[in-house]
Amino acid sequence: MKVLVAVKRVVDYNVKIRVKADKTGVETANVKMSMNPFDEIGVEEAVRLKEAGVATEIVAVSLGVPQCQETIRTALAMGADRGILVETDQVLEPLAVAKLLKAVVEKEQPGLVVLGKQAIDDDANQTGQMLAALLGWPQATFASKLAIDGDKADVTREVDGGLETIRIPLPAIVTTDLRLNEPRYASLPNIMKAKKKPIETVKPADLGVDPAPRLVTLKVEEPAKRQAGIKVKTVAELVDKLKTEARVI
Amino acid sequence: MAAFVRRADLDFLLFDWLDAEGLTGRARFADHGRETFAAALDTAEAIAARHFQPHNRKADIEEPRLENGRVVVVPEAKAALDAFREAGFFAMEAAPEAGGMALPHLVAQACFGVFDAANIATASYPLLTIAAANLIESFGSDDQKRRYLPAMRAGRFFGTMALTEPQAGSSLGDVRTTATPAGDGTWRIKGGKIFISGGEHELSDNIVHLVLCRIAGAPPGPKGLSLMLVSKYAVGDDGSLGRRNDVALGGLIHKMGWRGTTSTVLNFGERDACVAELVGEPGRGLAQMFQMMNEARIGVGLGAAMLGHAGYLAALDYARTRPQGRPADAKDVTRPQVAIVEHADVRRMLLAQKAYSEGAMALCLYAARLVDDSRTLPDADARAHAHRLLDVLTPIVKAWPAEWCLEANKLAIQVHGGYGFTREYPVEQFYRDNRLNPIHEGTNGIQALDLLGRKVTMQDGAALADLLARIDATAARAAAEPALQDMAGALDAAARRLDRVTQAARAAMAGGRAGAALANASAYLDLAGHTVVAWLWLDQTLAALRLPDGPLPRGKRAACRWFFRWELPKCAHWADLVEQLDGSVGETDPDWL
Ligand SMILES: Cc1cc2nc3c(=O)[nH]c(=O)nc-3n(C[C@H](O)[C@H](O)[C@H](O)COP(=O)(O)OP(=O)(O)OC[C@H]3O[C@@H](n4cnc5c(N)ncnc54)[C@H](O)[C@@H]3O)c2cc1C
Repeated sequence: MKVLVAVKRVVDYNVKIRVKADKTGVETANVKMSMNPFDEIGVEEAVRLKEAGVATEIVAVSLGVPQCQETIRTALAMGADRGILVETDQVLEPLAVAKLLKAVVEKEQPGLVVLGKQAIDDDANQTGQMLAALLGWPQATFASKLAIDGDKADVTREVDGGLETIRIPLPAIVTTDLRLNEPRYASLPNIMKAKKKPIETVKPADLGVDPAPRLVTLKVEEPAKRQAGIKVKTVAELVDKLKTEARVI
Repeated sequence: MAAFVRRADLDFLLFDWLDAEGLTGRARFADHGRETFAAALDTAEAIAARHFQPHNRKADIEEPRLENGRVVVVPEAKAALDAFREAGFFAMEAAPEAGGMALPHLVAQACFGVFDAANIATASYPLLTIAAANLIESFGSDDQKRRYLPAMRAGRFFGTMALTEPQAGSSLGDVRTTATPAGDGTWRIKGGKIFISGGEHELSDNIVHLVLCRIAGAPPGPKGLSLMLVSKYAVGDDGSLGRRNDVALGGLIHKMGWRGTTSTVLNFGERDACVAELVGEPGRGLAQMFQMMNEARIGVGLGAAMLGHAGYLAALDYARTRPQGRPADAKDVTRPQVAIVEHADVRRMLLAQKAYSEGAMALCLYAARLVDDSRTLPDADARAHAHRLLDVLTPIVKAWPAEWCLEANKLAIQVHGGYGFTREYPVEQFYRDNRLNPIHEGTNGIQALDLLGRKVTMQDGAALADLLARIDATAARAAAEPALQDMAGALDAAARRLDRVTQAARAAMAGGRAGAALANASAYLDLAGHTVVAWLWLDQTLAALRLPDGPLPRGKRAACRWFFRWELPKCAHWADLVEQLDGSVGETDPDWL
């Protein structure tokens, strides 16, 4: 079975995000970028499927600027076999990504597509669901456990209040949650091997998709700063403050 | 917790300043590109953040201890070293055939620096192992390379450097541990070593000690010393581990800092059954060791630099978030307090830390690049030139970061005020950890003697001439930049002064006044160190001018300017002491103290 994993290049999770002065977005110039952590989990899961003899080939797909090649290389160094870059300078919204991925899926015919449940930059949590809808495939989102059983997948999902396990037929879409696995590091020998693995570059036009944005960003702002805490002397003072200042009781 | 490393600073030094990418033009590194270098650094950063940094404090508090004869180290250290091993870092510089990544020394050092900044004590185990493996690779027999190297490159065996004895610290020529032939090609050694880092632990399957000792009957002094390999467990032809060797742990040493690394007293041959193998030639032990010294000393300097860097980042983070007081010229006591970074004196302390730590990182990485040049430049003369320059820089590369990044850590504590003096903040540990660096791998006093007594005089001063030529080239380039002209002039003047002072000291030494000159060797080391670091600051700043405007290039210029205004002028004083063969120290009788 061929597995396709989507990998997004995002601002590294360690970076302190700064809003651009003109409020059109966040600062990405000279900022460390890396693979969306949920996508790392996706790559790891695919590699484990391959190690278990379930997957035969892993294709890592990224969409965006040419530097997304680096993100694909990271996936290749973790164990993916080849990469596809859908190259565009266009700002990509989830619907555009889903349409582009649909075109790639139709070409590649994978048995399973793994995506992160969301990307840590926009936190949209939409792409996997949209892709499933466009393809008419079953979906299992927020996966914390995945077991392939012939042409079915048993997926444990993290839902409000607990875990839910569902069985879906393949081909299918799975989106990863944090507890699915702990991704491996790209080891030094594998970084060198990844260099020799192929990455194919295509343009949205080659896929017959117009990725133009449908949404307009009005403005991006910093969240309100948290006020420094204070120490209260007595329980009475606490109750008073909760009543009069916080107005929660 | 503040970040322990600022990747943008490393990237600037590697890619914008030292042209790491240019190394891919050399056959040995042809498979590389900026992306493989960056990926290696990414993995180093990820492992350091996840596995090294989190137990840095715990390993300090829970010092290694003896339990029923076994050395207990915090379990997190093993997990960290396992991750380091699995990612292939033990073999990062080794050839692909040997399971390595063939990284240039420059990039390998930068990767190592990331681990140093996160947890220098745990990083010491691989540091020692890699150094020991390099020695075996350079001087060991084919059989030794077969039995020990692959396991060391894979991180299954760790290594030690067992030189120091109670009566032989700085003075290694006085080593007494003795080797006698066993008749079957192996040796039996007997003697006691002290301060041996990583001498005992259960972090690896085996420990390979490289022991400096004297073959029975060999002449006294350094020329009688040989290097012996002592394996904790016998290693069979098939790599299997056999009987335990006669190496006994005499005790653990309790230290001020760097506590996560076991420091051991080792007794070899208590039962006259310590099996050893000769590495290289008899009588060449110290010489072989010294051949590897340039690299080992870059490792020490870089460790000091990275501790300075980590302390700087912690202090910077604190200074930006700690509100205290109001601007010096503010009258209104009811206005909110400002972050202490707004106070000029706090900025002074931050600039100093930045100048010391980034200056030291630049110095060590420059030296690492010279290691690559001395190995891989196509032209033999150019290789020899790089090697000579590295030789003269080595005492500075070891001592300057140790001295001045300790000062940086002192200032990091000061920026934190009283909080810096507590164990709630990391800076007091950085200071204690960094306090080792002026002491080990040749004390700074010994480095000063090496620099003035040998390095600047060797080959009739050729190495110093090479160094001055490079300094002049930078000064000339800076003179063409209006913003840097002042500093170009100051650097040129400092270089001329260093040259004159050196000539004066050499003349005195040649004229029978070596004692008087060498009594001022530490002032000479400071003088040469500051001149070299000023040069590298100006050179970095030239590279920063080519970057798009932003905090990084502006910060480089600001730190460079600070160094030239606040530090470089100190050279005049040091130069006076050396030039005048100042007698205030040398003429003081020990009885008067
Ligand atoms: C934490 C730690 C780890 C270590 N790890 C190792 C290790 O793994 N392997 C190993 O072999 N050793 C190791 N050492 C030992 C270390 O290298 C020695 O401590 C060092 O070389 C100094 O020797 P010493 O302690 O005997 O001091 P001494 O040599 O007694 O020096 C004391 C002072 O006298 C000065 N001095 C000595 N001789 C001269 C001279 N000729 N001229 C001018 N000044 C002089 C020194 O500069 C110093 O200030 C370690 C030490 C420590 C503290």
